[in-house]
Amino acid sequence: MDDLAQFRQTFFAECEELLGDLEGHLMALQSGEGDNNTLNAVFRAIHSIKGGAGAFGFDRLVNFAHIFETVLDLMRDGRLEPAPDSVLLVLRCADILSDLVRAAQSGTELPEEHENEGRKALIDLAATVGVNADPNAADAELAALDAQLAAGGPDTLNAEAPAAEAAPAKPAPPAKAPMLKYLVKFAPRDALYQRANEPLILIRELKELGGFLARADASGIPAFDQIQPEGAYIKWEFEIDTDRGEQAIRDVFEFVLDDCDLDVTCLNPPSEAAPAAPVVEAKPVSFTAAPAETAAKPAAAAAPRKPEQGGAAPAAAKPAAAKAEAGGGAETKTVRSIRVDLDRVDKLVNMVGELVITHAMIAQQTEHLHADQHPELANGLAELSHHIRDLQESVMAMRAQPVKSVFARLPRLVRELAMMTNKKIRLDMSGENTEIDKTVIEQLGDPLTHMIRNSCDHGIESPDERVAVGKPPEGVIHVSADQRGGRIVIEITDDGRGINREKVMKKAIEKKLIAPDAVLSNEEIDNLIFLPGFSTADTVSNISGRGVGMDVVRQNIQSLGGRVHIQSRPGQGSSFILTLPLTLAVLDGMVLRVGEQSYILPLANIVESLRPEPDQINIVANQSELLRIRGEYVPLVYLHRIFKVPNGIDDPTKALVIIVELEDGAKMGLVVDEIVGQQQVVIKSLEENFDPIRGVGAATILGNGRVSLILDVAGIKYIAEHEANRPSPRAMQQLAAPALEVSA
Amino acid sequence: MTKTVLTVDDSKTMLQMLQFALKQGGYEVIQGENGQEGLELLDRNTVDVIITDINMPVMDGITFIKELRKKAANKATPVLILTTESSQAKKQEGRAAGATGWIVKPFDPGKLLEVIRKVSP
Amino acid sequence: MASAEPRNSNGQSGERDGEQASRSSRTVQLISFTVGNEEYGVDIMAVREIRAWSETTPLPNTPEVVRGVINMRGAIVPIFDLRARFGMPRTEPTKYNVVIIVSVASRIVGILVDAVSDIITINEDEIRAMPSMEQVNGIGFMEGLITVGERMVGLIGLDRMFSGRMLEAADGVDKPMLSGPAEAASAA
Repeated sequence: MDDLAQFRQTFFAECEELLGDLEGHLMALQSGEGDNNTLNAVFRAIHSIKGGAGAFGFDRLVNFAHIFETVLDLMRDGRLEPAPDSVLLVLRCADILSDLVRAAQSGTELPEEHENEGRKALIDLAATVGVNADPNAADAELAALDAQLAAGGPDTLNAEAPAAEAAPAKPAPPAKAPMLKYLVKFAPRDALYQRANEPLILIRELKELGGFLARADASGIPAFDQIQPEGAYIKWEFEIDTDRGEQAIRDVFEFVLDDCDLDVTCLNPPSEAAPAAPVVEAKPVSFTAAPAETAAKPAAAAAPRKPEQGGAAPAAAKPAAAKAEAGGGAETKTVRSIRVDLDRVDKLVNMVGELVITHAMIAQQTEHLHADQHPELANGLAELSHHIRDLQESVMAMRAQPVKSVFARLPRLVRELAMMTNKKIRLDMSGENTEIDKTVIEQLGDPLTHMIRNSCDHGIESPDERVAVGKPPEGVIHVSADQRGGRIVIEITDDGRGINREKVMKKAIEKKLIAPDAVLSNEEIDNLIFLPGFSTADTVSNISGRGVGMDVVRQNIQSLGGRVHIQSRPGQGSSFILTLPLTLAVLDGMVLRVGEQSYILPLANIVESLRPEPDQINIVANQSELLRIRGEYVPLVYLHRIFKVPNGIDDPTKALVIIVELEDGAKMGLVVDEIVGQQQVVIKSLEENFDPIRGVGAATILGNGRVSLILDVAGIKYIAEHEANRPSPRAMQQLAAPALEVSA
Repeated sequence: MTKTVLTVDDSKTMLQMLQFALKQGGYEVIQGENGQEGLELLDRNTVDVIITDINMPVMDGITFIKELRKKAANKATPVLILTTESSQAKKQEGRAAGATGWIVKPFDPGKLLEVIRKVSP
Repeated sequence: MASAEPRNSNGQSGERDGEQASRSSRTVQLISFTVGNEEYGVDIMAVREIRAWSETTPLPNTPEVVRGVINMRGAIVPIFDLRARFGMPRTEPTKYNVVIIVSVASRIVGILVDAVSDIITINEDEIRAMPSMEQVNGIGFMEGLITVGERMVGLIGLDRMFSGRMLEAADGVDKPMLSGPAEAASAA
């Protein structure tokens, strides 16, 4: 049972993968980029799902997959043209198939009619080229159809007799067959040996059937120098007494029937003919969780399966198809892989993390030693650091996965949303091969889905509306992934109407999220949609308003160490811009000191550091200080004020200013007491046991065992702008830190 | 002596189920995900029986069988094709390439072992 | 009443409690500790370990109650000041102060208290519900009261105290805490 559960798990994981790949191929088909290889890949995916589903007795899934497969096979054979309508049908059926997979996984029963329409359309499509794809067709109907088709040509389904008809051709032994004597003449041909069959094995098996006498005819053996090693020269005759019937004898030769001359005659036939009974093979499935259930519906289950013909006949695929694909296969460089349990990889990641900390500890302990007095130690430590870094990169690469697996779900989502909203929406994707840590990928699905929903629902206009403003009726959503610096940037851009700022402002004021007299920049207004409590009530539609708002999206992204913001151009569309860390595990950072606290600032954020001269500091009207550097003005932000750390240096000319750059390109001068050093740190989640804190991305453990906080510069900027420099009305405070229910 | 079976299939589920069934039958199992991997594994291992799927990416089962039959060491290794496409045409194609026999998916573990014993007692 | 040392050794009480447990099917074991003059208890099943106070790393812009985080074998664990939670000034911790590490929901947190005092085994029916007035008074995380000899022990419901978001939990009640009954008890 445990094994079964495990197989099921593997199966569904595999289905997930296959369905994901499928989406990609279907997209290619839809855009007309698909070729025979694409069709082959689609076919294989459906085929694999069917194969596994059969093993678990998911009959409904098998049945649908079977019909689907038949149609795809006709397409890759070129018998069916992948016309736009047909491709649409394939897309729809892929969706149905994935529903059936999920239903099988969750053990829920979809309504009968769920796949009926698609099923019928597939069968109809196959019928246009004279193929009956329905494995459930009633016998009579099938027989009638067969007769029809037989006239149509040999290259059709009935090249294979359907199950019901095949059975009589193979009469089964009667329940109690009489003991009879058979004469079996068996003459192998060369091919039998070439296919690694072995007469000796067959003879032994034959012997199992009962009383046995064998005669070998070696007269055909040529002179020694003419013997071909793989030639067939010996013939046999056997006399067998058995009550297992003639079929049992023939079954022994099942694999070699075409490679030998076989003659089976009964030497003492019984007077009355054995009643013909259909062959029922041993229980077809034994991996099924509930064999009883399988047995209860033998007709449905057995039909597509055991009778090895049935509707599978169209698989009389041209060898060319398989070959075309395999062409140059021998030269293809394959990625060799093993499967490793993710837990093991994670353990490795953690161990490397601990190694980094231990290294830092040793380095700290030996800091006071002069490098020139202990050159070996210094060199060894440097080398160790180098190796650890390599090790770390290798380990992290093991966890990296292309974002494709999340992106693959989107086309269907967009198709469905377009249908529900009566809009025309095209989805473009790029950068699917960008790799991110597996955990990030896993958690990315929901927020991404929600943002797409938002774009479809609120962004893209109806076709009429679009035409009225001079846009093409079809809206476009572009999803891209890209690696920039140490982070992954995912953008979801639509060419819709953009954010209606007036409406957003009005609503935010109505909901008391901002003060009525608040003065906000355009970007600030746009980003109000991420506030908790913003998207409720009147914007709730079937699509976007499923109980969660954009605040949840933001929260999800933040908990991954990521950030999200929106950029909007009225009338032209909006972009969600999402940045995520490449890995969740390590980071190069600068150790800073402020008062008695030390913090880690990600190196990726740092542009430079300096101790400014007094004349570089300009104080502007509202008391905020600007640092002038190479003609640029950069606002100064005192970390000790932001974090309310006692004893921080207040005079920037005596402190240190670190110029940091944010994702959006904005700069800020972070005032700290000093830089202690540069270090690679292991990222530890603060949220595992606590809540997110604005301005803090995560935590780490330093060489001395103490916890140090890793700064989040975007969060710090936020606090600086919204808490420190503004007379913060309660609403703005909430805007600044939704996580902090600061009691006033 | 323990016999070794090479299983080649692009479906992890199928590989896992084959492995389960074969291990119960006392076989050693090595696995490849396509014909190409199968060939590479044959270069480095001695196997008693080969079970292969037909429909696979990179290198399909038919090509795999043809290629492996070219190897001196595997001329007489029984090869069973594993497929749901149990049509005569597929079987013929497999046999033309040099397959010894076939197993129809979904398979019964007992039946599987029986078939293997049939080609490699 | 505050004592720096646990009064009962674990061994002794464990044995004694074991016997009791076998007699009564519904006994609960509590670890009790002191904050100021009051005594509180938490379910022993939730307690992961008890450790001496060590310096924490403060978390910026969090309420008084949050003392910061510590490194517990590689995990980042937040420490809450129970005294501050009860609306009193923050604890001035010394090396004699104790942090009780508990697991709540799926999280691990530490509670800073003055000292661990006892392991108490009681029958479930000996837990008295909080008087409803006190519930209203904003001590929603108190689960009940127990009388042990002449002492009154407030049973802390960790789930209630840390339900939902930590910062809310931390920020919830800043009212003078220890309510009538316990004070009355200690006065008695």
